[in-house]
Amino acid sequence: MKSSNSEILLSIEDLHVSVEDQKILYGVNLVVKEGEIHAIMGRNGSGKSTLSKVIAGHPSYQVLSGSVKFKGINILELEPEKRARIGIFLGFQYPVEIPGVSNLEFLRVSTNSRRNELGKSELDTFEFEELVTESLKLVEMDPAFLERSVNEGFSGGEKKRNEILQMALLDPIVAILDETDSGLDIDALRVVASGINKLSNPNSATILITHYQRLLNEVTPDFVHIMADGKIIKTGNKELAIDLEKSGYDLINKSNKNQEVAK
Amino acid sequence: MKSSAICRNWLKSLPPTQGNLQKEQVFGREHLFEKGIPSAQDEAWRLSNLKRLNEFFSLPLTIKEKSNPQLPHQEKNIKRLILNTNNAIKDIDLPKGITRLSNREIEENIGDIIKTCQIKNDLSVSINQAASSDLLALRVNHNVTQSLEIIVPSVTQQMISTRVIIIIEEGAKLDLLEVILGNKESAQNHLIEVKLRANSELNHEFISLGKGAEASSLSTLAIEQGPQSKYYLNSLQQGWHYARFEPRIIQMQGEASTTIKSLQVTSAKEQIATHSLVRFEGPNGRLDQLQKAVATDSSHSIFNGSIEVPKRAQKTEAAQLSRNLILSKRARIDTKPELEIIADDVRCTHGATVSQLQDEELFYLLSRGIDKEVANTLLLQGYYDDIISNFSQNAQRWNFIEKLIKATNK
Repeated sequence: MKSSNSEILLSIEDLHVSVEDQKILYGVNLVVKEGEIHAIMGRNGSGKSTLSKVIAGHPSYQVLSGSVKFKGINILELEPEKRARIGIFLGFQYPVEIPGVSNLEFLRVSTNSRRNELGKSELDTFEFEELVTESLKLVEMDPAFLERSVNEGFSGGEKKRNEILQMALLDPIVAILDETDSGLDIDALRVVASGINKLSNPNSATILITHYQRLLNEVTPDFVHIMADGKIIKTGNKELAIDLEKSGYDLINKSNKNQEVAK
Repeated sequence: MKSSAICRNWLKSLPPTQGNLQKEQVFGREHLFEKGIPSAQDEAWRLSNLKRLNEFFSLPLTIKEKSNPQLPHQEKNIKRLILNTNNAIKDIDLPKGITRLSNREIEENIGDIIKTCQIKNDLSVSINQAASSDLLALRVNHNVTQSLEIIVPSVTQQMISTRVIIIIEEGAKLDLLEVILGNKESAQNHLIEVKLRANSELNHEFISLGKGAEASSLSTLAIEQGPQSKYYLNSLQQGWHYARFEPRIIQMQGEASTTIKSLQVTSAKEQIATHSLVRFEGPNGRLDQLQKAVATDSSHSIFNGSIEVPKRAQKTEAAQLSRNLILSKRARIDTKPELEIIADDVRCTHGATVSQLQDEELFYLLSRGIDKEVANTLLLQGYYDDIISNFSQNAQRWNFIEKLIKATNK
């Protein structure tokens, strides 16, 4: 566990969110400090992906109340591109295919946007190719994927590797990985998990959104949160994920009900 | 003024009929005099902005004036022909293996291809016949492989009428880049007729770029394909206040292959229409057609794609796809596939989609820190890519990608 005087990178307070007039989040609270790895688990429809999209600034979601602060700055007013440039990264559950747009060019333009924000020089095509070649090794990805259109015709595993590749290039401060483990076979899962581990550092934080314990066997979380009905209803350590795997979400529901009864 | 009167006034303003094309001139003028300009009741012109078509006739025909347009540097090994006057065609040097048709051969061939393509009485063709005073008539000799560039610049406040005939002999192969340029208040009328003999090949790049207010263009391609011939058309239309593009391709005995990749991009109040026709006159013909359109502002894009497969054209395989992107609520796209299939043992598919730029694609790019304008540029480039990437390096010198992006990224 990290020391208590570590800097708070992300703090979410009483966040209420709706999409197309349907309320999804009912008061989420979460504090993420530097060096920490958090896992958010929960059933489909519990609000996990909504939470990640809201942090990244997806325009379809309306924040009804509450706040999301990144290093103390309210980010809810910032455009999604600005959020990304200051160091918030969302690894998509379903990475989008963009026909006709070269993956290499996409990665280069993204990387330069972040580098600009950091006051670093922009990389030209040659310099970028050197950088990307190194990063490819991290996710054991075939360089041929750089020549193709963004995610087009990639298998599920290739898409997720491409997400981790982007994470490596953008060097985020807070990375939220939305079901990066879904659709991966055992080998791909190990590669992706090892990438996440290598990219973790004492000055950044990672939030893993997942259904399964298996990713958490590879990437050890400091905190495990359970979401249900648009709220975090329970927080614990990695043991909570193991219990959950054994007993399923019903147990959580029961214990939650018992708590409510006890109140 | 009524459109028939406008047309007659224009006919009166033309120079007297003369030269090689005298018969054609007489024919075109008589036809126009009789028929006049089509009305909205005419199915083929139903969606056309006829007011703008009338304006086409308000500009005087250029005969002698030269224009000196700024053109991109030319490729060393590719001959560039500039048709900047209607009567300077005689002095052009030709590359090896390409020869001029004799007067007798012109006589034999003229009108032949447009007749085969059944466009003899089309308005665009009649205007060209009425107005053109000379033509570029070439032959690519047996088994020769050659490249050629034909540029038609424009003159402000003038109409230019140009006509080209090319016969591509057996086993010959031609890479042809045609560029039609518009100017402020200019009108272009271009007709190219091509006869592809057996086993010949034409890689036809057709770039038509209007510029400035009230540039209009009527272009007709009449292509006659012999057996085992291959015809590839990559075309681009952009920046015209009013344009109508009519590729007509006839596979004379089937057994040939036709590929069409076309893009038209409209912005401001432009109207651009493509009316294509591919007809199979024998079995085993192939067609692969992709028509893409992007419309923004209050512009209007029209596509009408006819495919005719009569009974004798068994085992034809034809695929047509019309993909459209609409970028503004005020823009309009009309797309209509028209398949007439009588043969029963064929494989013909068609489809049409109209979509907007995808919000999820945009969000994905933004979520990587990419600026909104750059993200839109990337998405538009992506959309244009499957047409544009087919253009040769030589064609790409015309910097149309920048123009396309500038017109549509707002």
